[in-house]
Amino acid sequence: MPVMLSPPHAHGGDSIRMVMLTVILALLPATMVSVYLFGWLAVLLIVTCMVTALVTEALCLKWMQRPLTALLDNSAALTGLFLALTLPAAVPWWMAVLASVFAIVLGKQIYGGLGYNIFNPALSARIILLISFPLHMTTWIVPMSAAEPALNLYDFSLCLNFFLAGPDALKVGFDAISMASPLGYVKTEATLGVPVLEALKAYDYSYLNAFLGFEAGSIGETSALALLIGGIFLLARHTITWHIPFSYIATVMLLSGLFNAIYPEQFTPPLFHLFAGGLILCAFFMATDPVSSPVTPMGQIVFGVGCGVLTWSIRSFGGYPEGAMFAVLLMNCAVPLIDHYFRPRVYGHGIKDES
Amino acid sequence: MPAMLRKLAQRLGILQHSFAGGVHPEMYKVTAARPVEVAAIAPIHILPMKQHIGEACSPLVKVGDRVLRGQKIAKSEGYLSVPVHAPTSGRVVRIEEHAIPHPSGMGLPCIFIESDGDDESDTTLEPLTNWRELNPAILRERARMCGLAGLGGAVFPTFIKLVQDKRFPIETVILNGIECEPWLTNDHRLMLEKPHDILTGMAIVMHMVGAKSGIIAIEDNKPDAAESMRRALAEASEMQGVHVVVLPTRYPQGSEKQLIYSLTGKEVEAGRLPMHIGVLCQNVGTSKALFEAVVQARPLTERLVTVSGDAVENPATLSVRLGTPVRSLFASRGLDDLTGLHLLHGGPMMGERLKSVDVPVVKSTTGLLAMRTETMMLAHTEEQPCIRCGHCSEACPVHLVPNLLADACRSDQFDRAENYQLFDCIECGSCSYVCPANIPLVHYFRYGKGQIAQTRREQVFAEASRKRSEARERRIEAEKTEKAARRSRVRRDHAPAKPVESAEPENNDATQEKS
Repeated sequence: MPVMLSPPHAHGGDSIRMVMLTVILALLPATMVSVYLFGWLAVLLIVTCMVTALVTEALCLKWMQRPLTALLDNSAALTGLFLALTLPAAVPWWMAVLASVFAIVLGKQIYGGLGYNIFNPALSARIILLISFPLHMTTWIVPMSAAEPALNLYDFSLCLNFFLAGPDALKVGFDAISMASPLGYVKTEATLGVPVLEALKAYDYSYLNAFLGFEAGSIGETSALALLIGGIFLLARHTITWHIPFSYIATVMLLSGLFNAIYPEQFTPPLFHLFAGGLILCAFFMATDPVSSPVTPMGQIVFGVGCGVLTWSIRSFGGYPEGAMFAVLLMNCAVPLIDHYFRPRVYGHGIKDES
Repeated sequence: MPAMLRKLAQRLGILQHSFAGGVHPEMYKVTAARPVEVAAIAPIHILPMKQHIGEACSPLVKVGDRVLRGQKIAKSEGYLSVPVHAPTSGRVVRIEEHAIPHPSGMGLPCIFIESDGDDESDTTLEPLTNWRELNPAILRERARMCGLAGLGGAVFPTFIKLVQDKRFPIETVILNGIECEPWLTNDHRLMLEKPHDILTGMAIVMHMVGAKSGIIAIEDNKPDAAESMRRALAEASEMQGVHVVVLPTRYPQGSEKQLIYSLTGKEVEAGRLPMHIGVLCQNVGTSKALFEAVVQARPLTERLVTVSGDAVENPATLSVRLGTPVRSLFASRGLDDLTGLHLLHGGPMMGERLKSVDVPVVKSTTGLLAMRTETMMLAHTEEQPCIRCGHCSEACPVHLVPNLLADACRSDQFDRAENYQLFDCIECGSCSYVCPANIPLVHYFRYGKGQIAQTRREQVFAEASRKRSEARERRIEAEKTEKAARRSRVRRDHAPAKPVESAEPENNDATQEKS
């Protein structure tokens, strides 16, 4: 493009690189919690995903004969980090690599690169993995915060072994080192006809632990506190707006509150929904991914409500215990339509004649 | 729902209405504390034949004529137009095409006046000090013949809106002292130095349109200007219905429709004018010019220009004669070498890049900025793909969705662009300002508007051609039948009378043809 003559000649100084960096910074608390809970396994997973994502991005750019400087926009690094945080600690190295390649190639570059993808790259890769390798993707390793961790995850060589060769290297089965996540446990019990409250009691469920994140789950999704700190940071920095997180969480709370009040035996309470699984991670970080979410405020609210309804429905009626990620991906498809139909009223158009 | 909540809050008085979106650029009002300086009269003045929105003027003088300051040197052609006056006394040396401050870099016919140094004024125009008793129509004609056009930068001929329409009585006159563009301080200095002139101009406007109330709008980054206007207002006993409103600083508050919304909570319907909701908006500079035209009988021959920018060591707000070459103004501020600098005509948000410094100051010249390349680079570094962050939608004061709109324009989907209300864009540049991907959105919008306008012109032309050609065919057809009819009539009349009763005419013709 030639030298632009059109105004404005001033710029606020915001850049894509800064936007992505801000999100990476916002994920720092959750990353730290994941390292605390899952030790070297978390570190290995995060490093593998980020490095693979960057290398894949570089290869794609080279292949498409685009400048490699696009790597500096931090978007590939962010995708890698996002992906790692949504994976369980039981995932071996090759699965992490595969997922990262999926995320960059099928999630992003195949559509034309940054800004053109329909789906959230990290989430689509995670879903591909969940469907392809259900055993690994639903095995939750006992975190270090538990009273008796099955493995000493702060032991580097043990973790490296496990990461490279899987549980066979340690001569243990998955069952010996894993536990159920609250969502999964309640779901399984529900199919056996156990009422929700009893199931929660049997699981020894504590809201405080769930809030702080000392429980089983994907490495980055467990701590509501850490994610909220990051989310508030993003809101304060104006990288995201309140519309999606608020409408998303409010919808889940409203639906679960309503149904829990009417059928307490079958439906889990709202706070359980809030702290369980990937809701907060999805609401503040995944659903707000700018590329795959609507641009207009009203559209964002519609998008958030849609995510909320789908999340709660999948969790309550679906085959999978967790629905947040499916919900966001499903709503991603609706974004072009939402953008078209929920545009704001343009100044001076459609005003009622008050005279 | 947010709109409803906002309305509720407004009812309860918690929230003042304020236009949506906007940005907060760095203001750099470095010349705000410096009194206005009068620029030296340049040896040559260049006066373009069109300095307003509307139709161009035609020269009234010839090369060699002596002209006086304030003498009309070009007359307006058509309704939407105002005449041009000589800025100083001197001789007309050339009338030829010359570059003007316009992004296209195109030229216009200009009158060149060589100053004789006497600065002698034309005194044929009578001051109308008794304007309070005069018919508004007389004052309106005065505004027109004095060449007044909106000095905020839009240069819409002022007289056009100074009219009383019984269907749309003007209730409120808004005096726009917002000046939301960074760097510019003309209106600010004017409110500090000439508050009484501004107020008299406003009183004239209110008299002309029959308005009872008035608002002087100033942003809160100019508290001294608000104070100055308040003090002047307290001294003017006749202006009871007028008060000063200080608004929180936000760009583009000075834009007419946004300002009206901030002050009254009313929206001007698309395709209509502020007068349709009983509001008239006028820039403080224009108000002062109206005062001079009416009370002092002085046509518009000078204006305030902020000469500033981070490359100007000695910036100032200058009182400049129209037609003064831009180069001499920069030179007067100690800036002779302009190589490598970015020169702007107007402010950094809506101003245009100057391709040449040989252009003159015109009625729309609010400021002249010389910027270092480093500071300008931020504005248009490499364009990156849109990440759909939605910051442009948030910043848009007209509630467009700029990224979708730019997408439509870039891919030549002009139907979609129009459907997304491309023509409501005011080109304030807020979207480009906040865009993290450095997308020159305004550039795409201008491209789209240009293409659509071009297509429409072509359609009109094609339609006219089609009609013309159809009319021609009809005419030829008509002539043909007419000719045939005439011929047959002539033949019948002149055919040798047949002794026997008429045979069939065809046979008759056929025999004739053969012979």
